[in-house]
Amino acid sequence: MPAVSKGDGMRGLAVFISDIRNCKSKEAEIKRINKELANIRSKFKGDKALDGYSKKKYVCKLLFIFLLGHDIDFGHMEAVNLLSSNKYTEKQIGYLFISVLVNSNSELIRLINNAIKNDLSSRNPTFMCLALHCIANVGSREMAEAFAGEIPRILVAGDTMDSVKQSAALCLLRLYKTSPDLVLMGEWTSRVVHLLNDQHMGVVTAAISLITCLSQKNPDEFKTCVSLAVSRLSRIVSSASTDLQDYTYYFVPAPWLSCKLLRLLQCYPPPEDGAVKGRLVECLETILNKAQEPPKSKKVQHSNAKNAILFEAIALIIHYDSEPNLLVRACNQLGQFLQHRETNLRYLALESMCTLASSEFSHEAVKTHIETVINALKTERDVSVRQRAADLLYAMCDRSNAKQIVAEMLSYLETADYSIREEMVLKVAILAEKYAVDYSWYVDTILNLIRIAGDYVSEEVWYRVIQIVINRDDVQGYAAKTVFEALQAPACHENMVKVGGYILGEFGNLIAGDPRSSPLVQFNLLHSKFHLCSVPTRALLLSAYIKFINLFPETKTTIQEVLRCDSQIRNSDVELQQRAVEYLKLSSIASTDVLATVLEEMPPFPERESSILAKLKKKKGPGAVSNELEEGKREGGELNGAGERPGDSSAIGASNASTPSPSADLLGLRSAAPVSAAPPSAGSLLVDVFSEAGPAAPAASVNDDGFLRDLEPPTESSDSLLAEGSGDSDSAPPSVVSEDPAPPLPESDELLNKFVCKNNGVLFENQLLQIGIKSEYRQNLGRMYLFYGNKTSVQFVSFTTTVSCPGELQSHLNVQLKPVDPLVEGGAQVQQVINIECITDFSEAPILNIKFRYGGALQNLSLKLPVTINKFFQPTEMASNDFFQRWKQLSQPQQEAQKIFKANHAMDTEVIKAKLLGLGTALLDKVDPNPENFVCAGVIQTKSQQVGCLLRLEPNAQAQPGEQMYRLTLRSSKDTVSKRLCDLLAEQF
Amino acid sequence: MIGGLFIYNHKGEVLISRVYRDDIGRNAVDAFRVNVIHARQQVRSPVTNIARTSFFHVKRSNIWLAAVTKQNVNAAMVFEFLYKMCDVMTAYFGKISEENIKNNFVLIYELLDEILDFGYPQNSETGALKTFITQQGIKSQTKEEQSQITSQVTGQIGWRREGIKYRRNELFLDVLESVNLLMSPQGQVLSAHVSGRVVMKSYLSGMPECKFGMNDKIVIDKQGKGGTTDDAGKSELGGSSGKQSIAIDDCTFHQCVRLSKFDSERSISFIPPDGEYELMRYRTTKDIILPFRVIPLVREVGRTKLEVKVVIKSNFKPSLLAQKIEVRIPTPLNTSGVQVICMKGKAKYKASENAIVWKIKRMAGMKESQISAEIELLPTNDKKKWARPPISMNFEVPFAPSGLKVRYLKVFEPKLNYSDHDVIKWVRYIGRSGIYETRC
Repeated sequence: MPAVSKGDGMRGLAVFISDIRNCKSKEAEIKRINKELANIRSKFKGDKALDGYSKKKYVCKLLFIFLLGHDIDFGHMEAVNLLSSNKYTEKQIGYLFISVLVNSNSELIRLINNAIKNDLSSRNPTFMCLALHCIANVGSREMAEAFAGEIPRILVAGDTMDSVKQSAALCLLRLYKTSPDLVLMGEWTSRVVHLLNDQHMGVVTAAISLITCLSQKNPDEFKTCVSLAVSRLSRIVSSASTDLQDYTYYFVPAPWLSCKLLRLLQCYPPPEDGAVKGRLVECLETILNKAQEPPKSKKVQHSNAKNAILFEAIALIIHYDSEPNLLVRACNQLGQFLQHRETNLRYLALESMCTLASSEFSHEAVKTHIETVINALKTERDVSVRQRAADLLYAMCDRSNAKQIVAEMLSYLETADYSIREEMVLKVAILAEKYAVDYSWYVDTILNLIRIAGDYVSEEVWYRVIQIVINRDDVQGYAAKTVFEALQAPACHENMVKVGGYILGEFGNLIAGDPRSSPLVQFNLLHSKFHLCSVPTRALLLSAYIKFINLFPETKTTIQEVLRCDSQIRNSDVELQQRAVEYLKLSSIASTDVLATVLEEMPPFPERESSILAKLKKKKGPGAVSNELEEGKREGGELNGAGERPGDSSAIGASNASTPSPSADLLGLRSAAPVSAAPPSAGSLLVDVFSEAGPAAPAASVNDDGFLRDLEPPTESSDSLLAEGSGDSDSAPPSVVSEDPAPPLPESDELLNKFVCKNNGVLFENQLLQIGIKSEYRQNLGRMYLFYGNKTSVQFVSFTTTVSCPGELQSHLNVQLKPVDPLVEGGAQVQQVINIECITDFSEAPILNIKFRYGGALQNLSLKLPVTINKFFQPTEMASNDFFQRWKQLSQPQQEAQKIFKANHAMDTEVIKAKLLGLGTALLDKVDPNPENFVCAGVIQTKSQQVGCLLRLEPNAQAQPGEQMYRLTLRSSKDTVSKRLCDLLAEQF
Repeated sequence: MIGGLFIYNHKGEVLISRVYRDDIGRNAVDAFRVNVIHARQQVRSPVTNIARTSFFHVKRSNIWLAAVTKQNVNAAMVFEFLYKMCDVMTAYFGKISEENIKNNFVLIYELLDEILDFGYPQNSETGALKTFITQQGIKSQTKEEQSQITSQVTGQIGWRREGIKYRRNELFLDVLESVNLLMSPQGQVLSAHVSGRVVMKSYLSGMPECKFGMNDKIVIDKQGKGGTTDDAGKSELGGSSGKQSIAIDDCTFHQCVRLSKFDSERSISFIPPDGEYELMRYRTTKDIILPFRVIPLVREVGRTKLEVKVVIKSNFKPSLLAQKIEVRIPTPLNTSGVQVICMKGKAKYKASENAIVWKIKRMAGMKESQISAEIELLPTNDKKKWARPPISMNFEVPFAPSGLKVRYLKVFEPKLNYSDHDVIKWVRYIGRSGIYETRC
């Protein structure tokens, strides 16, 4: 053949490439390429057939031109022709061209597939490899369709060469990654797993990548690989460095294979078979032992390979998290690396230690390295390593070393890299809160934090300080003092001013006794910062001022002066202006009593997940969240519903709701108002009251448009009530003359049912009295506002209310009643607050007794308070499989309560949904296979325990026309709860 | 104003670097190289803005000239200066090439010192420069000469020194035009214009006053109305085709022309520089004489064959001869073979340019010639259709396609005793093709 004599040098190609390289300008290059393309075109067009060599040469040239960035739109056919050549080089170039320049030309694809098929079925291993490489390189769906069935056969066939097996395994992996639905392993599974036993290490290495990928998708099918992998691993680990010949890399036997095996094992839980487990533990110990041996070579490759295996082994140990001995050894090993010369090793060691710290077995061991880590934080040159060190410090922190770690982190913060400052701030804030024994320490820490890194302190951090200070009586005085001192610094951060304004506004009175911090001094100090602050801070300060008026009447004139000045009352910012106007008005017209009520001290915030934690999670992304969750659990801190709700929005919602400043919706009043307005007769009276007048949101009316407007209407609406009431006054009900509490009204049970699914509304109404109710529940705590409206024009005297808990209920429910004014003016409305704490689950309702004299006649009235067990529900979102798993767990007969009952109302899906949501549970969509059914989940929070509840409501609309039935099934971990809930709910539908 | 001036070779190596202002740092040199010379995509805009610094460049063969500034300068001024700079260099050492620049870099720095001062362009008139920047080393100057230089650099007539003397007073006048055309396949003119230059070479003694006249429509009309024919017929110096007057769209003059006189009387009078210079530039768009007509005929025969037939017709007096005719017929990108037959000249398929190039040495007026080609195509799987770029043409004809004619050029030198009649005057017309294209 002439091609042989020419050799495989392809001189023409070399000349062409050197021509291109010698071109002086782009134009010259383009000219040369055009000339070459014309030449190739004429050659391909030419009548006489080209021999394989020239075809190969021209295809090579085209490939080169293509790689230079020029379009190639011909030559595909010639390349496909090359595929059928018998010479390796020609075939290789053909495949190369195809894999680089393949396009979805159907005709061509068919030809290519045909050629590949021929090569796969040939017995020539090099041709088979070429074909497999081409399939893997292209990896398109068409390829997968054509060859997904063929390749597994090649992979497991007994007579396939080892090199081909290797290629086949990797090719299959690629196809599986691009189109997993087309690669069906079914029948090949066990044979693929047995490739782990193959003689040839290369085959094992290639196969293990495939198996790892496959077993991540369906772990059960590949379970058998664990024992094989363990035995393989132990053979490698125990082999001498010379045993594996080609697969020994710088004296380390088969490092890649070992790493992959260890990684495969990380897909599975620890082996249950004792023997296998023992063998694996032995392997891991050997690996740890080897790390202690002196290095066999000074080359960096040797230590790299060794350490790669070691780190993978440690990752496996951490994954198993069940061998205290190994965990501690791993920790010690990592401790050695902490001081290693290699920056990368230090980084890896810190990173692995972070995960080790979360294991209960090795937590203590990790803690012993605290000094080294702190040192690393201070001296490390690489910022990424410092970041890891900070992470590790955060992870290893607990009650015993919190003070030290927080102090170190604070001192580091001053010099910390800008990129990690915000995260550091969040971490310090969280640690300080989590491990605070002494809350004055906490306050000190956070104020320090604001002073050092004010710019990086996010809203959540200072919200949280305020929440904690308000909830803890013991620290309030100290906080006020410290804040006062901190504010005296000539320049302090705006966040400091915010905290200062808020705390002094609330608790300034606690330090007012000291002449150095007398009310006026406090006010002047705050006001000296006022002009340097942004609008939101100024708004907050204005609120603080009005609180000052309440706390210290002597400052009233000064503050009114300030409010009155043009820069406030005519401020261009509408928010500031409104506040100034409203506060000025409020302070001048309201009596001290009104002021004291409106500007009452903030009520304690409901305890909930720290908003900072949510922020940190958000910052770290979803990956870190689970970690945090686990940690939280370890600390015994129960994460309630807020933590478990998926999605960021709800987390943000939660954090917003817990912030003190924009707290108009602190109790969700606004959103609740329309519900309460439902009964039309009560609307005119109640809406105004409900819309704003919750005493819990006094001064913090950031978003309230009509703070004062809402204070005024009561007189107005009472006028209309008067008119209304006067008509009725004649037909006053016959007085029930009895000093004893009257028995509950017969209809009170019905009333109770009315409030199972809602929290607000009119509880009771007769000609004399209207009782509105509004309630709010958080965890096991509840607060109820009762609004007693005098519908007559005559005052009620000796108006008293009591709440009694009959029988056992006393020990189940703790109800506290705030006293109410004994005089109710005609047409007026009084409000009463009831605090409720659920100690354990209960089934009865507390009884409210109301006594008053109307025109001399004693009125005695008893009602059931609408407090039912479902009020203490926390909704829980869960996925379908999760739900049914729990459902199955609660399968004991006493845990289930079921009722089949007739529908009282029409079956309207939306109404049912609304009712179920009102119940307090989470309505789970797409959980039940039957879309008609409703499925809910929630946790009942009581002081003594938490009771998880699952609910399933199956409407049967078709069964008997006119007699629509429901089947209600409740399962909970406590039988009484199931029963009570079932009874309550059965009345609702 | 110009902050600095750099000259690069084709590789982007700096040959000449002269910085006039402090706001241009050394990194500007690299910025231009990286972003323009070595840019991935060819930079087409002559003005490039990199990091708030403007680079104005022109390219002469393989040499890049770049003026750099951080200020908001008059771009036209900068380019005018760069072109002048090229002219000056050409006048001093011939072709601008890497070799020449390397051999003359001392001279170039000297020139740059003279023609730009703190970034403000100064006298860039070759004739004047040559008097005090010489290639032949240091030339001793008498005191008289030195004082002359001062008066020349600062004086009114910076482009001509006094005391020039020639035995033979001679004057060469070239009218150089380039004609641009875009024509539809049906022969409809889509756009056409002529841009022309009047270039003079004067070897005149003393400080002569010259007056130049041509068949400008405004002048002719004014004279026609006035009834005074003047001595138009007498001073007619030459011309080819019969057209009375032409409408000039716009024109620019050499600095020696007295613009006030042109504005008031529309007459072009000036004291010429010594040697070669460009007296004026102009542009016309009306009544252009198109020297050639190209008639293309393209037929696609199946997917693999294309038949092209192109006829060219010359459209001027039969006595005149067009020269250097070249017709360029683009071929599709998947051409695999070409057969050409032409009646006259030589035709060849140039693969590197994807075109058939047909060359004819000479062709008289009112003649016709034809080429036919068969192009074989390689079938491709590409669906893109061939864009059919236009057929372009190059030629040179001995007349002005705009119709411009020189009516007179009078020379007055009151101080020396030679009159207009003693001056030997030569006039030449050359019409060249600019972008002369016909769509097919």
